[in-house]
Amino acid sequence: MPSNQSPGAATITPYPDGPYLVRGEFTVLDQEGNELPLQRQTIALCRCGKSRMRPFCDGTHKLIGFKAPSAPEPWPGD
Amino acid sequence: MAGRLIELPPPRGPLTEQLFEALQGSPQAPLETPAPVDSADPIADDDLQLALYVAYELHYTAVRGVNERWEWSPALLAFRGALERPFEEAVAALVAPAATDELGSVPEALQAIVADDPGPPLSRFVESQGGEEQVREHVVHRSAYQLKEADPHSWAIPRLGPGPKAALLEVQFDEYGGGIAERMHSALFARTMEGLGLDPAYGAYLDRWPGVTLATVNLVSGFGLQRRRRGALVGHLAAFEMTSSIPNRRYGNALRRLGYGPEVTHFYDEHVEADAVHENIAAWDLAGGLAAAEPEVAADILFGARALLQVEARWAAHLMDAWERGESSLRAPLVPVAV
Repeated sequence: MPSNQSPGAATITPYPDGPYLVRGEFTVLDQEGNELPLQRQTIALCRCGKSRMRPFCDGTHKLIGFKAPSAPEPWPGD
Repeated sequence: MAGRLIELPPPRGPLTEQLFEALQGSPQAPLETPAPVDSADPIADDDLQLALYVAYELHYTAVRGVNERWEWSPALLAFRGALERPFEEAVAALVAPAATDELGSVPEALQAIVADDPGPPLSRFVESQGGEEQVREHVVHRSAYQLKEADPHSWAIPRLGPGPKAALLEVQFDEYGGGIAERMHSALFARTMEGLGLDPAYGAYLDRWPGVTLATVNLVSGFGLQRRRRGALVGHLAAFEMTSSIPNRRYGNALRRLGYGPEVTHFYDEHVEADAVHENIAAWDLAGGLAAAEPEVAADILFGARALLQVEARWAAHLMDAWERGESSLRAPLVPVAV
């Protein structure tokens, strides 16, 4: 663990061909500042855009063949 | 909340007759190992699967009239082994062996395995056409696993290294309601049952579950109770989580179509969101992590995933075949809810 990170700090991990998993201490706010109630400690945020319960993942990415790597894709200049 | 307690149901054949008679006596009394157990179709064998189920249940629950020391009786374990062998062979006959190129990329292999699900379209049928009786039967069948949800996979916790162990605990902590009893998934399923006028007590429908339903639970108990099969248990959990969100949304939709509200559908709605998280952890961190740490179990991880899909497919086909014939898919029909 990097030395500048407290154990509780939020991490965001894109999963291969899947959602962003968010772990640690975080809040999710809508654009008006309302806090979204969270049902669990680790959440999955939609990455494919097609969930019917955005911002949360509902597995729809598997039905649409969504493909995206976990690691960063090349920068425009690469 | 009282601990679990089940009743021995009536025996279904020579295996359960022999086992249940012995279990109601002293654990020091002899119990002959049936040799060999000859079953035409072990996965659907009512007698074999019930005997195996009760033998495994000794590790999970109290059984009325049965001395707890039967759990580790060498004679009981030998008897159980005689039931496990034909069941394991029948399951192995349905499972394609892992291909060499799968072993180096277990998460991707799991994705391909679940995308190629051999089962009939049970959740689609229930969503669009399932009637009240069929939906209630489906819930009664599922209660065999759901009222002990997550327990069979917990057996692997002590047997994993730190990376996969943390991943399994991350999933299980959520399955167990984040430490809040009322939010445990098994508790949510009990509320669904109550809302449908069904008995939510653990084991209430044991006598109605056919062999093929008991087989779905015996499969995962067998993996879980043997360290040797920790790979299969992990693969089973991964495939289970990876094939959950979408069907559970359909089952929730079926209940909404029949006029049921959130107190009944909450179990299914929760699973749409929870398993969308869990399937990623289970495939990548748990299964992928275990395969990287212990490559010698990679093939068994894929076996567990394939075995889940095959045994669930047999179970789903049984339900759809019975309903197509206009018959109950249970060993006896449910009493209709009084209108």
